[in-house]
Amino acid sequence: MASGRSWNWFHRMGSPRWFYETTGRWLPWLWVLTLALMITGLVWGLAFAPQDAKQGNSFRIIYLHVPASFLALAGYYIMAIAGAVGLIWKMKLSYMVMKSAAPIGAALTFLALFTGAVWGKPTWGTYWVWDARITSMLILLFLYLGVLALQYAFHSREAGNKASAILALVGTVNIPIIYKSVDWWYTLHQPATIKLTSAPSMHPDMFQPLLVMILALYSFYALALILFTRAEILQRESKTGWVRELAQQAHPAQSAGVTK
Amino acid sequence: MMGASGGFSAYVRRDLLLAYRRRGEAASPIIFFLLVSTLIPLGVSPDSARLAELAPGIIWVMALLATLLSTESLFASDYQDGSLEQMLITPQLLVLPVLGKVTAHWLVTGLPLTLVSPVIGVMLSLPTAGTVPMMASLALGTACLSLIGAVGAALTVSLRKGGLLLSVLVIPLYMPVIIFGSASVQSAIDGLNWFGPLAVLGAMLSAAIVLCPLAIAGALRLVSNN
Repeated sequence: MASGRSWNWFHRMGSPRWFYETTGRWLPWLWVLTLALMITGLVWGLAFAPQDAKQGNSFRIIYLHVPASFLALAGYYIMAIAGAVGLIWKMKLSYMVMKSAAPIGAALTFLALFTGAVWGKPTWGTYWVWDARITSMLILLFLYLGVLALQYAFHSREAGNKASAILALVGTVNIPIIYKSVDWWYTLHQPATIKLTSAPSMHPDMFQPLLVMILALYSFYALALILFTRAEILQRESKTGWVRELAQQAHPAQSAGVTK
Repeated sequence: MMGASGGFSAYVRRDLLLAYRRRGEAASPIIFFLLVSTLIPLGVSPDSARLAELAPGIIWVMALLATLLSTESLFASDYQDGSLEQMLITPQLLVLPVLGKVTAHWLVTGLPLTLVSPVIGVMLSLPTAGTVPMMASLALGTACLSLIGAVGAALTVSLRKGGLLLSVLVIPLYMPVIIFGSASVQSAIDGLNWFGPLAVLGAMLSAAIVLCPLAIAGALRLVSNN
């Protein structure tokens, strides 16, 4: 009995309608939190943090680069876990979360690579280096693209969901292996001309805004994931009564015309 | 038909027989391997010193692509003629027939590629110290590639144009294999110990033998339900 009750929340969470209504109440707060953290972190990091002794102002891109890289990797695991929950408990909501997590993660991975390239030009003198971390990031982007491509390749939505969930799980097992292999490969081929200038310990004045930006990106990720999932829910549940009612409330004239 | 091996040897024998009857098709990865290696001197330089430098990596990349090309057809004809359904409804564990099919695939592609590789090594002026490590690493590595590729083949078997998608799904997963494969050849040429990278390939193969059939079986069941 007790165990039955403790699992209630889990099954209720599987209902798209419940998710839509609950997150609807969270959204304003999440918007405020994200904007507050993002503005604080950016202003603090870009305007008030001290300059780097060697890199000058160009190091400031770290405030976007590092948080984006964090979320790019964490996002893959969120996507894979959502896919696993879908495969195991056959929960359609978790497939929607998985599907929403893929483009966000791919975009963050691209952002991490792009900011890395922009940062690399003044620091290393070139946009692209086959550095271990850059290469791993690139492979991560390919893994995301594979999941995205597979998702849209199937006519049946269910088949696309399950196939990309399996692929995401295979990728999850592989990510540590890929990271370790690329690390090892890099130490083998390490070119002598390039040295990473990231100091082993950052000065607290530089580190605190970075911490704020990491939190800001986590909050932004949660917000984006919820918004994408809500859009996905509306699309998939468009035939159900509650979504039609919602549409009628939003656009009374149009919806009345569609539903007669 | 199914003995104590749970269908493993039956599927190996069946797929080998099928490959023997379609010999032209089975030979195409090898021909591809030979053809692409003629492109390298034409595209880069016939200078043997430059070729020797590139040879370990190039041979590995070509072997990878040749395996990838042949992977697409791994489940395709079984899916089209319905024998995949038959395999799925047998009461035995699906993992063993799946492993049988992948083993047959390796015997038809990975093993011949390994055996042909010394010829390509000579053509691309691979230093002789690299020949044995190349064969050893290709033998272990192509088995890994067959197993990983089979996951992608199973996921895309029901799609009409699965070939290009398959390479998008599978190539990122191939990367650790090529890193350690070409590294073992390169270390042998440089006079270093090449057993280390080879041992890592062996470890990857062991993990792949255990894990990949599970993913393949899951993917095939998904296809049969839709």
